[in-house]
Amino acid sequence: MKFINYLKTIEGVGVFPLISLLIFFSFFSVLIYMVIRANRNAIQKHKNIPFDNQLN
Amino acid sequence: MEQFKYDNRIVKNFAYATMLWGLVGMLVGVIAAFQLYWPALSFKLPYTTFGRLRPVHTNAVIFAFVGNGIFMGVYYSLQRLLKARMFSDLLSKIHFWGWQLIIVLAAASLLLGYTTGKEYAELEWPIDILIALIWVTFGVNMFGTIFKRREKHLYVGIWFYIATFVTVAMLHIVNSIELPISLTKSYSWYAGVQDALVQWWYGHNAVAFFLTTPYLGVMYYFLPKAANRPVYSYRLSIVHFWALIFLYIWAGPHHLLYTSLPDWAQSLGTAFSVMLLAPSWGGMFNGLLTLRGAWDKVREDAILKFLVVAITAYGMSTFEGPLLSLKNVNAISHFTDWTVAHVHVGALGWNGFMTFAMLYWLMPRMFNTEIYSKKLMNTHFWLGTLGILLYAIPMYWSGFSQSLSWSEFTADGTLRYTFMDTVVRVKLLYLLRGLGGTIYLGGFIVMLYNLIKTVKKGSLQADEAASAPALLNATGGHQGEHWHRWLERRPIQFLVLSLVAVAIGGIVEFIPTFLVKSNIPTIASVKPYTPLELEGRDIYIKEGCYNCHSQMIRPFRHETERYGEYSKAGEFVYDHPFQWGSKRTGPDLAREGGRNPDSWHFKHMYEPSWITTGSIMPAYPWLFKDDVDGSMLEKKINAMRTLGVPYAEGYEKLAMADYKAQAKGIVDGLSVDDDVQKMIKAEGITKIESKEIIALIAYLQRLGTDIKKTSLTSK
Repeated sequence: MKFINYLKTIEGVGVFPLISLLIFFSFFSVLIYMVIRANRNAIQKHKNIPFDNQLN
Repeated sequence: MEQFKYDNRIVKNFAYATMLWGLVGMLVGVIAAFQLYWPALSFKLPYTTFGRLRPVHTNAVIFAFVGNGIFMGVYYSLQRLLKARMFSDLLSKIHFWGWQLIIVLAAASLLLGYTTGKEYAELEWPIDILIALIWVTFGVNMFGTIFKRREKHLYVGIWFYIATFVTVAMLHIVNSIELPISLTKSYSWYAGVQDALVQWWYGHNAVAFFLTTPYLGVMYYFLPKAANRPVYSYRLSIVHFWALIFLYIWAGPHHLLYTSLPDWAQSLGTAFSVMLLAPSWGGMFNGLLTLRGAWDKVREDAILKFLVVAITAYGMSTFEGPLLSLKNVNAISHFTDWTVAHVHVGALGWNGFMTFAMLYWLMPRMFNTEIYSKKLMNTHFWLGTLGILLYAIPMYWSGFSQSLSWSEFTADGTLRYTFMDTVVRVKLLYLLRGLGGTIYLGGFIVMLYNLIKTVKKGSLQADEAASAPALLNATGGHQGEHWHRWLERRPIQFLVLSLVAVAIGGIVEFIPTFLVKSNIPTIASVKPYTPLELEGRDIYIKEGCYNCHSQMIRPFRHETERYGEYSKAGEFVYDHPFQWGSKRTGPDLAREGGRNPDSWHFKHMYEPSWITTGSIMPAYPWLFKDDVDGSMLEKKINAMRTLGVPYAEGYEKLAMADYKAQAKGIVDGLSVDDDVQKMIKAEGITKIESKEIIALIAYLQRLGTDIKKTSLTSK
């Protein structure tokens, strides 16, 4: 029941933040690349969705 | 073209609930604020003491006022952004009435003292389960609407709604894992340091995913609508969204800097909090720049004024947040009223003003009329702004004053001020803060009047007619499009990816803390609570003592001088839940044990001002009349054993004898104090040994004594 007793130790804890940094860095690199390359017309269309033939 | 109708009735219901609970939550806040100046305002009643009212205030403002505000904004904008009526009117109704039921149960149970003792997650397990069910109802209704939409692309606001839904579900479930011993009492599954980490992972992200992301979603809808121009940069909003949800979840440990939490976890919290500035300000700029070239409108349109102040307040608090997460700044701010000021700039400025803007936008449109009075809108705006300033400035001042006076030494190297001296210095600021809150509440009441008048002169357009072409291929794309556009048409994949983004941070912080034994070094002299202390601890939790008293001595000279040896992780291994607290309106109690005699506590709890002149602590006379319900003791011992506290097998049968013996010891000790005897006679207290006060004294006298007795010995 005690969480602390599940495992006495964990090998190489340092790998956790390292993997996270890697995921973070690669995900956002790809995201920013895609966002910059995004089609201008599509972006215009999407940002106007709140205004599509609506009175209110 | 398909003809359909938007459901305005459900939006109206949530709007009314927002107004009602806003009034209640803020009123309770104002009363609680004045109680810190006039403790007599607690009326010596259990139900109206600060320790019980503050959770009512925080829960009401967060989950009732802002919660209903979220649903109002989501139900209005979601239908229009998807060109579809809500998936199911029945689910909408269940969601609405279920949420109101939760609020009523929450308020009643908190006032009655049923609490888990974890800030912003105080509600007991049956209400937790109800929250989970109603939240899922909301999710099903939202996703059902998304599936039957007539707009292929999911607008950025909806991404924020999806992330809110999935993350709040995760936070709520993980933090609410507890072992029930009755319908109204449970113990947190986690203990001490782990409980603190889970709680502040939850607490911080309740701010992130309840007070921030859904409101950013509604900002991306209502701001462009009010300014009548599209959002400044849609590209920025994509980066804003992913960066925000990915980074936010890591930042929780910044609430635990310099505590017994392992250092690496504190550092992670700090690093990610600093990074968080980038997406937060990205969002703020995206909002403010939407108004480029339209600032002339802001002068005339009160809705835009509310929006501008809301977004500016968001920018200020998200600048201040990373600042407060730096260890050197946190050393000054933590446990002081600076945190209270910080939170209220966000709550009053960002959430409050955003909600008011939404209400002023929605209500006249749904009731097919114009706002009753533009002048009153402006009055509300100025009262609100003044209220925020009058609230925040005294609290910042108080925070700095507390920090400076707590840590000031004389030339001889002794502390210059007693804790009571430092309280006296900020008392007047508490009065000013109460006035600031009252003015803000005054503005809110002006809004209520204005909106009631608006409703009266209009008539509800319950089903608003609309038309749009049917969407034949909701997920179909075209060649060469990038993957994010592909994702923007797929709500389920979007939900899964959002969950992955928010789960990473929690997993990285939790797994090592839970699994690595060296993270929580055990201390041989730390023993489980005695039965009487255990009962006393439950009274401490019930009365919400953690709302004013911390149990965490940080490793600073002024703290160890004032309170004793700094707190060690191993001291809290049997604390289900942890009670480290988050502010020190009263002194830290981590090493209260043995500091004052039992008779001191006995008199102090009955009327604190007898002992400490000028004390702002409320009196607790009912602890001297109410008996401890000993019938639960066996269950409590068994529950603690299940959670890993090493009570010997069969001890539950012996516990009552130990309870009585220890209580008798305390009562015998009290009998030699003449003042106490006079008091007992004068108040007509009988059978003292079974009263709650005796258990509470036992607990207070135990606090922090484990490592006073012997030198630190690691197992």
